[in-house]
Amino acid sequence: MDTFISLQNVSYTYESEEPSAPAALRNVNLQVRRGEFLAVLGHNGSGKSTLAKLLNAILVPTEGKVIVQWMNTADEEKVYDIRRRVGMVFQNPDNQIVATIVEDDVAFGPENLGLPPEQIRNRVDEALKSVDMYDFRRAEPHKLSGGQKQRVAVAGIIAMRTDCIIFDESTAMIDPKGRREVLQTMRRLNRDMGITIVCITHFMEEAVQADRVVVMDDGAVAAVGTPHEVFADEALLRRTGLELPAAAALAQGIRAAGIPLPFVLTVEECVDALEQAARKAGVV
Amino acid sequence: MAVLEVQGLTHLYGAKTARETAAVQDVDLRIEPGELLGVIGHTGSGKSTLIQHFNALLTPTRGQVLLDGADVNRDKQSRREARFRVGLCFQYPEYQLFEETVYKDISFGPANMQLPKDEIDRRVRTAAAFVGLDESLLEKSPFDLSGGEKRRAAIAGVMAMEPEILVLDEPTAGLDPRGRERILDMILRYRRETGSTVVLVSHSMEDIARVATRALVMNRSRAVMQGTVGEVFARGEELLQMGLDVPASTRIFLELRQRGVPVQTDVYTAAQGVDAFLRLLGKEARA
Repeated sequence: MDTFISLQNVSYTYESEEPSAPAALRNVNLQVRRGEFLAVLGHNGSGKSTLAKLLNAILVPTEGKVIVQWMNTADEEKVYDIRRRVGMVFQNPDNQIVATIVEDDVAFGPENLGLPPEQIRNRVDEALKSVDMYDFRRAEPHKLSGGQKQRVAVAGIIAMRTDCIIFDESTAMIDPKGRREVLQTMRRLNRDMGITIVCITHFMEEAVQADRVVVMDDGAVAAVGTPHEVFADEALLRRTGLELPAAAALAQGIRAAGIPLPFVLTVEECVDALEQAARKAGVV
Repeated sequence: MAVLEVQGLTHLYGAKTARETAAVQDVDLRIEPGELLGVIGHTGSGKSTLIQHFNALLTPTRGQVLLDGADVNRDKQSRREARFRVGLCFQYPEYQLFEETVYKDISFGPANMQLPKDEIDRRVRTAAAFVGLDESLLEKSPFDLSGGEKRRAAIAGVMAMEPEILVLDEPTAGLDPRGRERILDMILRYRRETGSTVVLVSHSMEDIARVATRALVMNRSRAVMQGTVGEVFARGEELLQMGLDVPASTRIFLELRQRGVPVQTDVYTAAQGVDAFLRLLGKEARA
């Protein structure tokens, strides 16, 4: 997989009245690969949201550089092109919808590209279908649930034919059902349309679905690896304030009692492992 | 006797118009002194409308709310009293901070109760200490605090009224695992040390499983389940059918049972899961 976004020795310090304000990010080196599903974990204040905002030129590094394909985010003339390729879904579903009808909202981006009406129509329909919101195209956004609003925001980005979508804690404010809908949407866009996903999250269950996980701590990258590699590292989890997904914690407790079980992360893996252990012990 | 009792509560929005919708329908509920009641349900299930009746912010269309046996909507005085005796902390309370200093913000409730100045001062400092806000932060603007500190300052503002019943709507929403633990520990400690009754509305089944003594499930404006946390999560399949979450441990044991593994299914924490599985294998469960 080739590199889509590259962060090279990136540091970022927020402007502050206090001259000795600490850097929000320190010397970060990271590659986002084209087509991958990358999760970014870390406790509040670890720098993960700052990292997200650097990926599509909402922020520009204080030191180092961020390259999206061939474009430097510090180059003001490229900002427009960068944002067309890298879209962002924010945390609060009520802060990112501008129109009074769902399809008008999704059309907002393509209209600004100056496309002919027919093409806009096609893009809007296609985008709404890809997030499973086509049936709501004439609905008023304020009557939608949080999960539905976030999917409309995603459709607005898809309609721009974006290559990469960053979800900056986009499921933090919505209920479990909405969270599942948004997560399913992320996975489908990634799998079926090859869209690169960067998912900044507090939810371990979202991170275990990713191809790779980045753990941020105190403004620096503390670890990068597959979900299995990251969650198997107990010292890392403790140090960075992360928790084991519940299924993994359950399996770990059983293992600690002397029952051999493989390392598992998801509910499905845990059920499989426990079923096998039960059959092996002859209690089924 | 129940400290708070809800009898046949119905709340209609847009009553007697074409758009009439029932936000809460025929809810009966008894909250016993000192218990920690977890309230579960989707967005739009009626949870928030229900709890706003507890301190008379909303008036029932039908039915009543009794505080120590007396109707909270009896008169103006009883409504006012209910505001102080039932402390309501809304979702994302940090958006409601408005004063110049953290101190003034926390003192807003007790000041409204027209308490003497030194009593207000005592309550502000006690509440701030309780939520872990350093004294040095009290003279700062609330807008200079971090997200987690703002949340705790807002909760302190409700605690400073020293309500008999503390009602928290999604107090851990949007926080990281550390922040969540911190708030939950704080709520448990508050209940233990003050003997208050607590109502916790949460989307997080793991949170409810961890701290609640009893649970109420709201679905489509009705109270569809009430019982101990164990009783409610033992009906995990029904919860899943309503599109609600159940704790991961519950899901694992329901699925095992479906695959023919003879496990118990009233499991809702990882520790219970470990014990249940060890028991299945004929090993002694840990003490």
